[in-house]
Amino acid sequence: MSTSELFTFRNRHFSLAVGITAAILIVTAIAGFLVLPFAQPWVQFANVWDAICSAAGVPQRAPKVTVPEQSTRLSEVVLTSSTLARPSQEGIGRGATLAQRCAICHGPTGVSRADSPNLAGQYAAVIYKQLLDFRSGARTNAVMSPFAVNLTDQEIADLSHYYAYLPRLPAYHPTPQLPKPSIVIYGAPMRGIAPCGSCHGSLDNKIGSPWLEGQSEAYMKAQLQAFASGERRNDISQQMRNIARAMTPQEIDQAASYYASQPPDVVKAVD
Amino acid sequence: MLVNRKLILAHFWLAFAVFGIALTLGAWQMFIRSPIGTWLSNPELYYRSLTAHGTVMGYVFPTLVAMGFGYAISEAALQQRLVGVRWAWAGFWLIVAGSVMAVIPIALGRASVLYTFYPPLIGNVFYYLGVVLVVVGSWIWVALMSVNLRVWRKAHPGAPVPLAMFANVAGSYLWAWTAVGAALELLLQIIPVAAGLKSTIDAGLARVLFSWTLHAIVYFWLMPTYIAYYTIVPRAIGGRVYSDSMARISFILFLVVAMPIGMHHTFADPQVGAGFKFIHSAFTALVALPTLLTVFTICASVEIAARLRGGRGLFGWIRALPWDNPMMLALAFSFVMLGFGGAGGLINMSYQLDASIHNTQWITGHFHLIFGGAIVIMYFAIAYDLWPHLTGRELIDLRLIRTQLWLWFVGMIVTTFPWHWVGILGMPRRMAYFDFGDPAIAPQALSVTFSAIGGFILLASGILFIVILARGMRAPRADAGPYQFALAVHQPTTVPVALNTHGLWVALMIALTLTNYGYPILTLALSEGTSVPAVYVGAQ
Ligand code: HEC
Ligand code: HEC
Ligand code: HEM
Ligand SMILES: [Cu+2]
Repeated sequence: MSTSELFTFRNRHFSLAVGITAAILIVTAIAGFLVLPFAQPWVQFANVWDAICSAAGVPQRAPKVTVPEQSTRLSEVVLTSSTLARPSQEGIGRGATLAQRCAICHGPTGVSRADSPNLAGQYAAVIYKQLLDFRSGARTNAVMSPFAVNLTDQEIADLSHYYAYLPRLPAYHPTPQLPKPSIVIYGAPMRGIAPCGSCHGSLDNKIGSPWLEGQSEAYMKAQLQAFASGERRNDISQQMRNIARAMTPQEIDQAASYYASQPPDVVKAVD
Repeated sequence: MLVNRKLILAHFWLAFAVFGIALTLGAWQMFIRSPIGTWLSNPELYYRSLTAHGTVMGYVFPTLVAMGFGYAISEAALQQRLVGVRWAWAGFWLIVAGSVMAVIPIALGRASVLYTFYPPLIGNVFYYLGVVLVVVGSWIWVALMSVNLRVWRKAHPGAPVPLAMFANVAGSYLWAWTAVGAALELLLQIIPVAAGLKSTIDAGLARVLFSWTLHAIVYFWLMPTYIAYYTIVPRAIGGRVYSDSMARISFILFLVVAMPIGMHHTFADPQVGAGFKFIHSAFTALVALPTLLTVFTICASVEIAARLRGGRGLFGWIRALPWDNPMMLALAFSFVMLGFGGAGGLINMSYQLDASIHNTQWITGHFHLIFGGAIVIMYFAIAYDLWPHLTGRELIDLRLIRTQLWLWFVGMIVTTFPWHWVGILGMPRRMAYFDFGDPAIAPQALSVTFSAIGGFILLASGILFIVILARGMRAPRADAGPYQFALAVHQPTTVPVALNTHGLWVALMIALTLTNYGYPILTLALSEGTSVPAVYVGAQ
């Protein structure tokens, strides 16, 4: 009963077990690496080795095709959960000074009386990303873009910290509480729309998604329409375009007027 | 001879306590996402619950059952006091510590990553460390099973290892090796990120490593059940095992072919080559073999029992079976569920058909039927069979036991059949909310409602099970006699070395893992630029 009796081809069980296992392995390998690749007439291989490599999943560089010149720029901003993690008092102070140029449109307290977006208490990552996008041209707006083009990285970070630091004041256009539209609280799972709050802050905040409560109705409606038509396309991985495209015009109206009527205190704070 | 009863009872009680909690969570999940529950406004709570339910049901509960049963087998089958009792308690306490450590971050919503970890999603580091402790605790058990068998062999040179112990040790080796995949994923990839030492992770490699664990862990869950089929049921119903060698062959086949097939869980993954997917699916087809052998052998063993009891005719013997014996009932229910579940499994394992049910509720329906149904009902049976020997008291109320088993069976069918069905209709799994008011999925509302009702039947059965065991601790004392395993028709006097030792089969298991996993893991590990930024649970 020692292992020397077992691990030898003189032992019938050993030869049988090893033989059968090896045979199955070889047959399946031939089938998987040679027969099946060539059984797919729509895939072309340069030679047998090429076929084997493809079946083995060897990482291959895609052939050098010339990528057509993009007509519109896409967002190049990278956001991680540690983007702008630790604001400093000086940074916020510098931001406050810079923000004086913005006050005519975005309001001295960061809350706009016109239909420019409110910025007070917005997540820092959102301000940061939008300003970078305005600067690079990934997002364009005739009124806003000129104010972003000359900002430096440091100025953008300071402005983001400053606006995020401002208190969330109630907006100027609260209307009587509207019933919650189903598109906002449930989304539309069959159309791939998650509840808005699962990204926009009332349930959870996915980095880069602004909170919307109390934002101008006309502004939000315009943004949703711009996402739907593809006019605005700075959202990473089409997160928002995919949603807006699947929304009906009525749902866009409902969502915009609902969010405009909400006070900002339901929004999740940043840890 | 059961000496360390406290040790075994501690494992079983902890197993069933955590099972009870996780079962309640399961029923709640089923309810809250069904049309009869009202929309839970915070989906995060659902994922907390799901993480706890999956972690307990997948890792903690079956591991504890296998360990407790393994210690019992070692003492009863080898007729030898357990060697290394202190180590066994250390393993037990590691599992307690690991479970507590894992559950706290889950409850706080800091580790809602689900039991499959889902990298690049990264939760609190203590969740993963807790899981690692549970695995380490179970590895102590593996080592002890091996040591105890060795000690016995020294004392009985050349004698055939009792079937129960042979199978038990095979199961423990399978577990030791299959846990390595997830352990590598946790230790080398996830924990460094969760601890803040790194901020990117190769999610594709992590999935491949997890698949190393994911398939064979299923057979580890299955082992106690199969051991009960072969070594408890025939004795309990007054029959004999049809063939001892057939039983041994089934267990060694599990060792060899359960491992190199895990990539059937990555059919939809682009980072794995199609050739390897093919090899894995071909080997997957082989894994049906030991199960077919088992079904055949057990049916034959049951028929022997029936004929010994005077059963006649081609099928007439079925009536002669002891249907009022809980063990008989559990076996029959288990086989029915295994049959349906196995049929579903054939669909999962075929590359083409799998595409239509991938990540749908079909999958959850399938594994609840096989795992929660066919396997867990035999865990109940094992506990009922061992209890009088562990407590020294009798389980008197057989009717209550039968009711419990019936409820589990009926509940499982009511839960899982509609669950499969909505999966075919395309209902995705792991979703916290479904708007059944939408005309497109309104027709699924009724099926999901049935599943939820089935869930409550299962919960009732689970509670009853715990009540029966608890009452069993207070029943009048009665000597149950020595614990015995089933005898074979031809009880072996000598067994060929290959079928009496595990070495050859462990070697083949490792060799096939290397051939089937080596290349894919190496290329993924060595290629640059395959990592993605981690996404931290709860981060803004
Ligand atoms: C002349 C008016 C005007 C001035 C001055 C102005 N903005 Fe704007 N800003 C706008 C308008 C209008 C929009 C909305 C653009 C659109 O509709 O796409 C906007 C959008 C933004 C947004 C995107 C908000 C969101 O929720 O997507 C940010 C951030 C922003 N401005 C920051 C600034 C900062 C910082 C300054 C000062 C350096 C500034 N703006 C100066 C008019 C102005
Ligand atoms: C998957 C996450 C996600 C969901 C769900 C989602 N959004 Fe968004 N949304 C975003 C992101 C990200 C942006 C910012 C895009 C960018 O980077 O410019 C955004 C931008 C917006 C904006 C423009 C805001 C501004 O100030 O620029 C509006 C309006 C909006 N979303 C409305 C909605 C509504 C209404 C819903 C629900 C029907 C919804 N979103 C659901 C991720 C989401
Ligand atoms: C009896 C033993 C059971 C076992 C071993 C078990 C095991 C599991 C496992 C491993 C998961 C996967 C978790 C995940 O997807 O992350 C799961 C999911 C789930 N279980 Fe159980 N479970 C059992 C009983 C139940 C019961 C009785 C119910 C309730 C009816 C239930 C309801 C659920 C639900 C709803 C899910 C989530 C499915 C999804 O959304 O994808 N389970 N279970
Ligand atoms: Cu599998």
